[in-house]
Amino acid sequence: MSVAEANEGTGALQNASTLKSEKRRESLTFLGLSIPAVFAILIVVFLPVIWLSSLSFYNAAGELSMENYARIFESALYRRTFVVTFQISIAVTVICVLLGYPLCYWLTKLPNKTAAILMVFVLVPFWTSVLVRTYAWLVLLQRNGVINSSLMSMGIIDEPLQLAHNLTGSIIGMTHIMLPFLVLPLYATMRSIDTDMVRAAVSLGSSPRGAFWRVFFPMSLPGLFAGIVLVFILSLGFFVTPALLGGGRVQMLAQRIESTITVYSNWGAASALGVVLLLLALLMIWLMNRVFGLDKLFMR
Amino acid sequence: MSSATQSLPIDVSNLCKAYGAIKALDNVSLNIAAGEFLTLLGPSGSGKTTLLMALAGFVRPDGGSIRFGDREMIATPPHKRGLGMVFQSYALFPFLTVAENVAYPLKVRGVSKSDQKTRAERALDTVQLGGYGDRRITQLSGGQRQRVALARAMVFEPQIILMDEPLSALDKKLREHMQIELKALHQKLDATVVYVTHDQREALTMSDRIAVVNHGRIEQIETPERLYRQPHSFFVADFVGESVSLPVEVANDTAQLNGRVLKSILPIAQGSGGHRLVIRPELLEVTQGAVPETANDLSGHVHDVIYQGDSVLVIVQHDSAGEINVRVPANRAGQTGLPSKGERIGLALHPEDTIIVPEHAS
Repeated sequence: MSVAEANEGTGALQNASTLKSEKRRESLTFLGLSIPAVFAILIVVFLPVIWLSSLSFYNAAGELSMENYARIFESALYRRTFVVTFQISIAVTVICVLLGYPLCYWLTKLPNKTAAILMVFVLVPFWTSVLVRTYAWLVLLQRNGVINSSLMSMGIIDEPLQLAHNLTGSIIGMTHIMLPFLVLPLYATMRSIDTDMVRAAVSLGSSPRGAFWRVFFPMSLPGLFAGIVLVFILSLGFFVTPALLGGGRVQMLAQRIESTITVYSNWGAASALGVVLLLLALLMIWLMNRVFGLDKLFMR
Repeated sequence: MSSATQSLPIDVSNLCKAYGAIKALDNVSLNIAAGEFLTLLGPSGSGKTTLLMALAGFVRPDGGSIRFGDREMIATPPHKRGLGMVFQSYALFPFLTVAENVAYPLKVRGVSKSDQKTRAERALDTVQLGGYGDRRITQLSGGQRQRVALARAMVFEPQIILMDEPLSALDKKLREHMQIELKALHQKLDATVVYVTHDQREALTMSDRIAVVNHGRIEQIETPERLYRQPHSFFVADFVGESVSLPVEVANDTAQLNGRVLKSILPIAQGSGGHRLVIRPELLEVTQGAVPETANDLSGHVHDVIYQGDSVLVIVQHDSAGEINVRVPANRAGQTGLPSKGERIGLALHPEDTIIVPEHAS
C-alpha cells in the first residue's frame, strides 16, 4: 500500500467518525428542543392525572379501598348517568355523520374556491367559544325563543315545543358543536380522493351510484372513522352544552363528576368516575383502531 | 384473449366543446378504423384529452356526433359505453388486491366468481403479472401498476380501449420498453385503441396513425412515416421530430431560399402566413467537397460540434440563412472527414428530403 493510499484510508475513517458524532449531535439537538414540551406535559397533564386518579382508591375515611368503584357499578344513579352519556354520544355521532357526510360530499363536488368559502361557514362557528354558541342555542330554542315564536306566529304549532332544558336541546347543541370535528377530517380525506378513481369505476361499467358505493365511499372511510372517533370521544366527556341546554334534567358523566365535587365534596367518588371515563375513552380508541385501523388514515 | 369480440370503428363528426371563449374542440371530425391504434398527439391544452374524455363520456360536448360502429353514443352515459380505459394516474383501487382490481369490471357485469378469477388471472398473465393477484397495489412498482391498469381495462374484452398518457409517469427506459409491449399487446387484442400523448416519439413508435391536435382542431392525421416526412403545416413539422426551419418564398409551386430555387419532389401544402423550409438534422448529408448538382446546397461554416453519445450534433452557420443543425452518427463512418470548428462544411439536402410547409395549414 502506498503512502497516499494509506492516508486516504485513514482520511475516510476520520470522516466517518466525524459524520457519526455530527449525527449524534443533531439528534441530541432535536431531543433538546422537545424537552420543554415533554416537561410541560409531564407537569400539567400526567402528574395531575396520576394524583387525581390515586384519590379514587381512598374512601371518605382516608383508607385504601375500592369503595368508590364498587359504588359506580352498584348505584342506579351512576348507571343511569353512563347510559345517558352513551345515548347522547351515540345520537350526536350518528346525527353528525348523517349531516356531515352529504355536506362534505357536496363540498368536494364544488369548485375549490366556492368550497373554500363554504368551509368558512363551518369554521367560523368552530372558532367561536362553546359557551357563546350554547347560549345562542338557548335563545333560539327556549319556550318563547325565536323558533317557537315564529312557528306559533305562522300557525304551525299552537303551544311552544319543548326544545331546551331537556335531551333534545342537549343533542341539538352538541351536534352543532361537534359537526366540525367530523367535517374537517372527512372533507380532507374526500378532497384527496383522485377523481380518476370514480371515473375509472364508471368507465369499467359501474353506474354512478355503484361507483360511489364501491369506490368513493370505501376510500372516504378513513376520514369518516377519524371524525367519528373525535366526535364520540369528545361527546363522552362533554360538559358545558348539556349542562346549560339540558336544564339539569340531563346528567352526563362530566356533569356528575362536577356535582360530586361541588355539591358533595367527594373527591374520591369524582376521581373514580373520571378514571372510568378516561378508561372508556381509551377503550373506544383501541376498539376503533382494532376494527377500522386508524393507521389507514396515514395510508395513501 | 379470445376473439369473441370484434373491434369497432369510431366515427367522430363535427364535435364541438367550448369552455367560455376557449374552443377545446373546434368542429372535430375523425374516422378511426376498427382495430386501429390511433394516437392523439398534441401539446398540453391542445384539446386532445378533451377529445378522449368526450369519447369516454366524461366530457359532454356542445354538439356533434360520436359513433361506435353504427351506434350513436353522444348521449350514452360513460358506464354504458363499454370502453376499457387506462388513466394517467392508473386509478387503481388501493383497498382492493391486484386480482380484485382486475376483476372489478367483471364483478360489475355480474360474471360468476369462478369466471372472474380465471379471467382476471388470464389478463394478468397477458401483461406478464401472473401470480401477482394477491398483492396489494401499494406493493407494486410504477411499471407493475401500469400493467395492472392495462389488465383491468382489457379483462372484459372491450371493443375500444382509451388510454390517457398511460406511460407518462414512468422513467424513460421503462417507458420505451412499455411502448413496444403495448404495441405487441394491441396486435394480440382485437380492439380499437385511442391513445393520448404529448410525446411525439412515443406516438411515432406505437401508432398506426397519428392525429396531431392543436387549438382544438386536428392539424393532420397520417401514418407515422408520412407525418414525419410530409408534414402539412409548420406546427406539425415543428412538433413532430427535431427540425430547424428557414423562411422561404413560394411562387408557382416553386420555393426559393434567398433567391435560389429549392429542388423538391414533395408537394407544397396549401396554407397561409408564408412558407418555411423544414430541415431535419439527420436528413442532411455532409459531403466531401462540392455539393452535387441534384441536391440543394446548404453549406456553411462549423459553429460548434456537440458530442451526444449516439450521435454528434454539428451546428453550422449557413452563409446567408442562419444556423442549421446537422446530426451525424457517432460511428467512424459519420466521423471521418468531419470538419472542426470554424472550417467549411458541405451540406446537401436532397429533393426527397426537402420539406416546405405553410406557416398555418389551410
